[in-house]
Parts: sequence; structure tokens; C-alpha cells
Amino acid sequence: MTADAPAAMTDRHDAPSRRFLMLGFLLQRLASAAVVLAAMSVIVFAGVYAIGNPIDVLINPAADQVMRAETIARYGLDRPFWEQYLRFAGAVLAGDFGTSFVFGTPALPLILGKLPATLELALAAMLIAIGLGIPLGMLAGLRPEAASSRAIMAGSILGFSLPTFWVGLMLILVFSVELGWLPSGGRGATVEIGGIAWSFLTADGLTHLALPALNLALFKLSLIIRLTRAGMREVMLSDYVRFARAKGLSRARVIGVHAFRNILIPIVTVLGLEFGSVVAFAVVTETIFSWPGMGKLIIDSILTLDRPVMVAYLMLVVAMFVAINLVVDIAYAALDPRVRLGSR
Amino acid sequence: MNGSRAERPTALFWAEFAESRAAVAGLAVFALALAAALFAPWLTPQDPYDQAGLALMDARLPPGTVGTGGYPHWLGTDAAGRDVFSAILWGLRTSLFVGVAAGLCALSLGTTLGLAAAFFGGRVETVLMRIVDLQLSFPAILLALVLVASLGQGLAQVVTALVAAQYAYFARTVHGAALAERRKAYIEAASGIPLRPARIVFRHLLPNVLPPLIVVATVQVANAIAIEATLSFLGVGLPVTEPSLGTLIANGFQFMLSGRYWISVYPGIALLIVIVSINLVGDRLRDVLNPRLRR
Repeated sequence: MTADAPAAMTDRHDAPSRRFLMLGFLLQRLASAAVVLAAMSVIVFAGVYAIGNPIDVLINPAADQVMRAETIARYGLDRPFWEQYLRFAGAVLAGDFGTSFVFGTPALPLILGKLPATLELALAAMLIAIGLGIPLGMLAGLRPEAASSRAIMAGSILGFSLPTFWVGLMLILVFSVELGWLPSGGRGATVEIGGIAWSFLTADGLTHLALPALNLALFKLSLIIRLTRAGMREVMLSDYVRFARAKGLSRARVIGVHAFRNILIPIVTVLGLEFGSVVAFAVVTETIFSWPGMGKLIIDSILTLDRPVMVAYLMLVVAMFVAINLVVDIAYAALDPRVRLGSR
Repeated sequence: MNGSRAERPTALFWAEFAESRAAVAGLAVFALALAAALFAPWLTPQDPYDQAGLALMDARLPPGTVGTGGYPHWLGTDAAGRDVFSAILWGLRTSLFVGVAAGLCALSLGTTLGLAAAFFGGRVETVLMRIVDLQLSFPAILLALVLVASLGQGLAQVVTALVAAQYAYFARTVHGAALAERRKAYIEAASGIPLRPARIVFRHLLPNVLPPLIVVATVQVANAIAIEATLSFLGVGLPVTEPSLGTLIANGFQFMLSGRYWISVYPGIALLIVIVSINLVGDRLRDVLNPRLRR
């Protein structure tokens, strides 16, 4: 408490200027996020525009020349690139990503409809990664030379090296084909809450969730083990941990309270940043386990050249990444007074 | 750069590298894989992509069966009657080629950009590094997926996508290392002579940022192989006419649920061995080349 007093005084002294700087920082970050989104929309649109010729997908090969021209004009595909982009950008700002060539329904609701399945998978994967990763990492950090710690670290190297799709195949081979314990694909029975289907509320759904979630979790699990271990080794040598032990606190309390809370800071930051990449990697896991989420939809639409769905998916993912980075930046600036708010 | 003076650091470097038995084993296995890929046409009993040499009677034979060719299929055959062992060695050729080609191109591009940014500073640096930072905030697999989706299937397209997704790692690493070097006296002296910027950058700056670059290069070659395999597995990478290990695994996937594991599993093990061996070498290089761990 006493240590806080001088800091509080300087804080009060600086408060108006820092608040002013904070506002400027916020506006600047928001503006740069908007610029990134706009730039990415051009890149994504140009990239997707370059793919094949969607007319082949759209038009019955038996159609005559007049019908072809009419369909091309209806989708605006005869216009120059920049005009198509401006039309696209205007429509996107109004929330309209166009109509899926394959399903014939608006692209954005189509993807948003698949979002809960992907989020459920991603959250389950994060829970597994955290629930296993932090205890294992702490164990490895407390006794770095023990055989168990070496085994944990060797496992984490494997987790980094093995391609996600390959681990998924092995999980199916072992748990579905050989042992027959768990299903190899699909979501299983679901329960509807608020009009959205969830798998984790039924026993059948949980068995369907287990393998894909474990598959998606492995990479992050390795990351968390390494982060926790490094943090643990550092923290256990610090003065306040030694002081807490000297004060007579039990080892369990020092590790569980003092050390644990301090290693959480970097882990929480990394987890926030990594959530986006879990959703991105879900593309692979969903394809292997036929999990009906956004990732499976994007692969299917790449294979069928369904442009509106591809563009909508990519913009959604880009927006998610930009939003996560923005929140982390702002949270950092708000929490850590050492972050410089002025422009360089 | 010649004579006994140059040999001693190399010998020292090797001695330090060889202290890790896992790393030496990794290097040996990688060399073996490279040789197997290079000499695949002479090591395999069959050219797996010569349609005339395939017999449908040989389809999906379990490992060890002797087929119509009169020789045993040690790793079984796939749905088209292809010898899985032959297919693996030929697939290894494609996978390693893609990984090494993408790694080298990304290395050249990223290094040039990183060095240019560090040497010229100012606007060039701000713009280049902003783009690199932005790109690094997205996972490489996602970028590669978008690029392959827009470039289409094929070897050149996949390599282009991998380079575009990976050069940023090199640019960031080189930029960081070069920034630290730029302030040192020898660069100042070279600028004071004055030497041409290109000469300073490539003859004086580049050799001094090599160590971290080598480490990143090893890891990125392994990543390129893994990403290519993933793309091919998803069906958006290499076409069936130029199969890599990822394509082979994808082809066997549908037969795995009926218990014919060998079509997918053996190419998968080959992929695994290559990636892990490169990573073992990279891990050791990181320790040996890290000046902070110097004894």
C-alpha cells in the first residue's frame, strides 16, 4: 500500500495529459485498423477475382450465347475490375457479401450459420490446451532436470513438429478405426439454445467433439507448455518467491498463488493473440473430422469456386484478426503505463 | 577466407554441433531422405506414374504381398495398384523440392528486403516493416490457402504461395540482426571510405547476420514441407499428376476407415521423419549459433 502512494501522486499529476494521449492513441489505432481492413478487402477481392472463371460453374454448358451474356451481366462479371470492386465494397458496407453461387443464399448468413460450430470447436481446443498445458508446464518448470519434465518437453517438440492433419488422421486411426471408442466425424446429437445447435450439451455430441478438439489443441498445448515452463523457471528464482518461502508459507501456497498468478500474464496475452490462429487452423481439423463449421465451408467453396463465400469468409477472418490485435494493443496501453502513447 | 584459419572455426562448429546425438541423427536421416529422393528412379521397383506399368489386380494389396510384377510390395499398394514404397520416394522428391525451393526463394526475397529496410531506414524501412508485421499477424497456413486459392493448383503456384507466406519471417529476422550490426564501427568505416551501398550490404552486413538466418531457414524449410502437405491434403495444393507426400496421404484417407491403413500411414510416417529430422537440426543450430550461450 505504501509503495503505491508516490505512483498515485504522479498519476494524478499526469492524468489529464495521459487521458488525452490515450484518446489520441485509440483514434489512431482505430484508423489504422480501418486502413488494414480496407487494404485487405482489395487484396482479398483481387485475389479471389483472379481465380478461374466462375461462369463455367454458374452456367449450364448447354446454355446458348444469349443466356450466357445475360447471366454474366446479371452478376456484373462484364464490368472492369475496379468497378466490380467498388460495387462489392459498397455492398459489403451494407452487410451484403453477395449470393453464394452454389447454395443460392446470401453468403454472410451462410457463414455466420456455421460460426457457432467453429467457435465451439475452437473454445473446446483452447480449454484442453489450457487445462493440460499449464499444469504440465508448471511441472516441467519446477523440476527441469527430472525424467518426467524431459518427457513433457520432448512431447511438446513433437506437438510443434507434427502437421495437424497428420495427427488428426492418427487419432481417427487409433480411436475410431482400431479401438472403436470415438466417432470419426460429424457433430453428433446437438441441443438448440437460442436457435443455435451445440454439441457439448449431449453425451453423443461430446464424444464427437473430443477428437477434433484434441487435434486442434495439440499445437497450442505445446506452446502453453513451453511458455509456462519458461515463466515458472524464471519466477521460482525471483526474490518475492524466495521471500514468501522465507516467510514460512507452504511450498504449495507459494507455487499455487504467488508463482501461478505471475506466470499467467504472458500466457493470457499469447492466448488472446492465438485464438485467431486456432480458428484459422480449424480449416484443417474440420475437413478431417467432417465438422460442419466455417473451415469446411471455405475449403468446399474454394474447390467449387464459390467466390462470394470465399470473400465473405476471408473478410470475416481478417476482421477477427484486426479486432483481436486492436483489443490487445489497447489493453496493453491501458494496463501498462510504460507503453508510449505518443507517435514516434 | 581460405587456409587453416577458416578450417578451425568449421571444425569447432562441427564439434559443438555433434555434441547433440539427436541432431547428428537428424542430419543423417535428412541426408538419407535427400539421397532417396534424388535417386528414386533407381531405388524403386516401379515408376508409380507410368500408367502402363500399373495393374488393377494389384490394387490395395496389404504390405508384404507379392504382386503381378513378381516383387514384394513391402509397404502395400494403393487403389490404383501403385507400389506405396515407390510412391513415397517419388512423393519425397516433390515434397523436398517444394520445401527447399520455397525456402531458398523466401530466404533471398526476405533477406534482401530486411537488409534494404535496415540499411536505408526512413520511409523504406517503415513501409516494408509495416507490411511484414501485418503479414506476420496472420497464420502462414491461412495466407498460403488464400494464395493457392487464387493462383490455382500446380507446383509453381504452390511454391509462389509458400514464398509469399514465408518471406516475412526472414525479413523480420534479418532486419533485427542488421539493425544491431548497422551501429557497429566496421559498417561506419565501410561507409566512410566510402564503399557502394550494395557492397556494404552484401559483403559486410550480410555475413554478419547469417547465423540467425541459417536457423530460420532450416525451420522454414520444414514448415514449407508441412504447409505444402497440408494444402495438398486439403485438395488445394499439388495436382494428382505431381503428387507429394500430402497428396498420397489424402488419396489413402478414404481407405483408412475400412482398415487399409498402409496407403495413408506410410507416406505420413515418411513426412513425419523428414520434418522431425529437419527440426532437430534446426534446434541444435539455434543453440550452437546463439552467441548468448557461448561457453
